[in-house]
Amino acid sequence: MELFLQQLLDGLATGALYGALALSVVLVYRASGIVNFAQGEMAMFAAFLTWQAHTWGVPLVLAIGLSMLIAFAFGAGVERVLIRPFGTTAAAHLSLIIVTLGLMLVLTSGAGWTWGYLTKQVPPVFGEGVVDVGASAMSRQALGIILAVAVMSVLLYFLFQKTRLGLDMRAAASNPESARLSGIPVGRMLMLGWGLAGAIGALVGALAAPQLFLQPNMMAAMLLYAFAAATLGGFDSPVGALIGGLLVGVLENMAGTYIDIIGNDFKQAVALIIIMAVLLFKPEGLFGSRTVARV
Amino acid sequence: MAESTTRGGSAEPFLSVRDVHLRFGGVTALDGPSFDLRRGEICGLIGPNGAGKTTLFNCISRLYQPDSGSITLAGVDLLGLRTEQIASAGIARTFQNLGLFGSMTVLENVLAGGYHRTRSGFGPSGLGLPLVRREERKEVAAARELLADLGLSDVSDKLAAGLPYGTLKRVELARALMASPELLMLDEPANGLIHEEVLELAGTIRRLCDERGLSVLLVEHHMAMVMSVSDQVVVLNLGRKIADGRPDAVRSDPAVIEAYLGGAA
Repeated sequence: MELFLQQLLDGLATGALYGALALSVVLVYRASGIVNFAQGEMAMFAAFLTWQAHTWGVPLVLAIGLSMLIAFAFGAGVERVLIRPFGTTAAAHLSLIIVTLGLMLVLTSGAGWTWGYLTKQVPPVFGEGVVDVGASAMSRQALGIILAVAVMSVLLYFLFQKTRLGLDMRAAASNPESARLSGIPVGRMLMLGWGLAGAIGALVGALAAPQLFLQPNMMAAMLLYAFAAATLGGFDSPVGALIGGLLVGVLENMAGTYIDIIGNDFKQAVALIIIMAVLLFKPEGLFGSRTVARV
Repeated sequence: MAESTTRGGSAEPFLSVRDVHLRFGGVTALDGPSFDLRRGEICGLIGPNGAGKTTLFNCISRLYQPDSGSITLAGVDLLGLRTEQIASAGIARTFQNLGLFGSMTVLENVLAGGYHRTRSGFGPSGLGLPLVRREERKEVAAARELLADLGLSDVSDKLAAGLPYGTLKRVELARALMASPELLMLDEPANGLIHEEVLELAGTIRRLCDERGLSVLLVEHHMAMVMSVSDQVVVLNLGRKIADGRPDAVRSDPAVIEAYLGGAA
């Protein structure tokens, strides 16, 4: 039972990160209708920026904030410069996916070229040590991750549901043509969506770096888990992405602990199995909306 | 009739469409129709399928760019505007097959329609500054008033997706009105409605036009409704205008009977 509880808590902490990264994937998907395969590498690059600023003497929290700002601007810029020229029609989706794959490669090699492939040590922002949670213990960092993702989620909820800006962003994502006719600057809203996704990714990168060890391929596996989380939650649902992330985190940990054949090395198969199962049996996910066309 | 007196003499045309041409590949969608809509009047735009009615709508609301011709609203050249600027030019429209924000509530749909009236832009609005808050409350109150006016108060907090078609038609009308337009463009508002709803809709359009001094451009297949509600009827066929005038004159025009009603009326 203690082992179970321990695995549950650990699973929730990694799951919060999967969920947050899935959230950034979902924000981009809702804005532009495509999956950004470079989302993980954008987060990795931002984590390097955090590390760089920190080694130059900037306090860690401030370094994370700075890299989130830069990642916001970078995400918005990617939408404007690399994505928008192709338009948002379904016909452009293949081109756009290839563009994001290209961006992924550029960011990986760019990070390798700038900082090398040796792993860097990023200190945990919430400090070392453990906190007692009932009969189990949790690292301060793991607990901090859960809280940080929770705070971020509440802020985003407030932005999207309680502000005029959020309303306009949702309208632009839901029906760009009608939004334009109402005067909403749709292009600017899409840039904002990509920017937010970039900033969330930067937070994920900085929080994950202490455990994953900072190097250019750090986020590759995590992006797969994020895809599993987004698929499970429903690709167009931000709430679904977060809950999907927690579920994937816990499932992955439990499978690694209790199913001998999976163990620690084969955990990534869990993500693939989840993606396959959801797409086969409930393609819209837990919280996604079924696509209905009115003829 | 409902002559608006907001801008002096009503003889001057409000919406003016001149010689608009648009080809898609080898197909001529619009072949030079010209007509005027006077302020405060309802103009029915009719014609058989493929006559170019919706195409013309899309040109006026800047979703399509005509190859040549001019479209002006109160003297402003609409063809020089982007789609985003249409609302502040005073135009709002609905769609034949609805263009709502399905994942948003009815109230939110209507609020989104009022975007161009909110002046604070997106800088401070995200931060919830007091001035903005006051403005937001005013917007919500205005939206609720519109919903009440159109009998939609009961569904204001429901998600748009999943509501009955006739209800959604009214939601889209409310969203268009939220922009405080001077020209309201309705693309087949009676499409998919039952007989009683059509009568009610005709009454609503007439009332809105009178109360708000709106000018209305109405594409509709429901002939009885068009003839009863319109001050002026323009008939298109194969992208050309074949008749233009008061409903009774248009109804008895031989060219219209020939082309549109197939000689049966």
